[in-house]
Amino acid sequence: MRPIHYLRCFFGIAMREWLRFLNQRGRFFSALVRPLVWLAIFATGFHFVLGVSIIPPYETYVPYSVYIAPGLIAMILMFNGMLSSLSMVYDREMGSMRILMVSPLPRWFLLTAKLLAGVIVSVLQAYAFLAIALIWEIEPPWFGYLAVLPALILSGLMLGALGLLLSSAIRQLENFASVMNFVIFPMFFASSALYPLWHVKEASLLLYDICEINPFTHAVELIRFALYGQLEPVSAVVLVAATAIFLTLAVYGYDPAKGLMARRAAE
Amino acid sequence: MPNGLIAAVAIAFLCTARITAADTIYVSNEKDNTVTVVDGKTLEPVKTIPVGQRPRGILLSKDAKSLYICASDSDHIEVLDLVSDKISRTLPSGADPEYSALDPSGKLLYVANEDDNLVTVVDIDRGEVVTEIPVGVEPEGMGISPDGKYLVNTSETTNMAHVIDTATRRVIANILVDSRPRRAVWTADAAQFWVSAEIGGSVSVVDAAKREIVKRITFAVPGVPTEAIQPVGIAITRDRKLAFVGLGPANRVAVVDAQSYEVLKYLLVGQRVWSLAFNPDQSRVYTTNGVSNDISVIDVASLKVIKSVPVGQAPWGVVSRP
Repeated sequence: MRPIHYLRCFFGIAMREWLRFLNQRGRFFSALVRPLVWLAIFATGFHFVLGVSIIPPYETYVPYSVYIAPGLIAMILMFNGMLSSLSMVYDREMGSMRILMVSPLPRWFLLTAKLLAGVIVSVLQAYAFLAIALIWEIEPPWFGYLAVLPALILSGLMLGALGLLLSSAIRQLENFASVMNFVIFPMFFASSALYPLWHVKEASLLLYDICEINPFTHAVELIRFALYGQLEPVSAVVLVAATAIFLTLAVYGYDPAKGLMARRAAE
Repeated sequence: MPNGLIAAVAIAFLCTARITAADTIYVSNEKDNTVTVVDGKTLEPVKTIPVGQRPRGILLSKDAKSLYICASDSDHIEVLDLVSDKISRTLPSGADPEYSALDPSGKLLYVANEDDNLVTVVDIDRGEVVTEIPVGVEPEGMGISPDGKYLVNTSETTNMAHVIDTATRRVIANILVDSRPRRAVWTADAAQFWVSAEIGGSVSVVDAAKREIVKRITFAVPGVPTEAIQPVGIAITRDRKLAFVGLGPANRVAVVDAQSYEVLKYLLVGQRVWSLAFNPDQSRVYTTNGVSNDISVIDVASLKVIKSVPVGQAPWGVVSRP
């Protein structure tokens, strides 16, 4: 196998993801509409509730809509990561995954390529959201738009890797509802996406600890700081570690000889 | 993409942007009995100076070398020497001085005595009370015309703006405004003075020659109850293009087009925004936020709040020194 084969394979997978994205316009719009609904309705309803203290990276009081914007960007990345994983389940049911899996390239590469292809689509959607969010005066400094790119990629990788891991365990399409219930909602609400963690700490120390170890919190914070040109080192380290763990487990899960695929075949 | 590099570029960019405004900000802290000094360049508090009891209104002397502080519960005016940062002398003021205005010559200080319904005229050099002028109940706002000929005093309970002729030291006109008038601020061209009414929730624009209200500006902040909109501090640009009005517990500063009187924007600042002051080149507005114990810095060009800086307890007055 020479590098050109790897490259060709990656482009193949990325193109497929891109075509899927283009053909499913509904998916594109729903991925955008979801956070915009939060911004337009939820943030308006709650805007008098917060805005009482200044926390880094903000240097002054910010409206609630500005506070939740990074959390909503992370929400886009999470839904995309999960949907991308859902497509793996679909591929498996429809048989197109077999075509991918018989490739002579190593499995870890195929999965990583799939992951990267999903992240590219996620990042584009995140920027589309940031562009529309200007209407609500969510205006980070210009350098924030550049600095947020690595944060978006890293967060996208982590959430996509989690999606891959879940997809290796999900048997059927219908199970996505459970993913919503048991993964997406708890991760989203037990994070700093909607409220600053010091607020959570005042109410429940246990919940605060849960929020602190939730990798989604770190995705939100990395994006939040990056939007203002700052690096949150702890979050970056947590995200790198979480991505490595999730991806390793996913590769293991997709290994027909070991992992969950083997068990499924045996059933 | 290296985040560190971008951060470095950003910091360099911010630094160059801030070099233009090298002023010093003084804030009186009503509950701490102190004055906080904030560096206008770094926007960091650099010093806290102990002063008299309950410092409220503060003013810069004409030569910008001292600060006149209304020490309300000490019943006098203190003169803070800005070279040594020590109180150099005190001036008599009558009981409970709250707010004052400086005569353009820099020699006379007009002080509102909240409890005695008086405006006291103080000769700064001699350190003596020259005279007392009876006005309405609970006088507070003091605005002196740019030529020094007229002084406008507002009385909180009488709901009036009293125009005082500074030559005869008599009230020559009374203008009824909305409930609890707080401040009277003249436009630089002396054509108007603006009076904020805290309970009335409005700002009355008064034609200085006719002594008539030409416009009553009202405010509506989405999501904020009307009773929380309590206008106090006013700052009007020298070219009379923009006016800034602090809206108290609405935690907003309203930006008003000073020609059309339309409210252009509401800026989120700290809690219970009170006094406002420009920096010397009027590129910024500083606000004191009495409940959140900080000051907010507004960039006039972009109409954005760029930073909030913690100061002492219950910040009240603010001035900027070049």
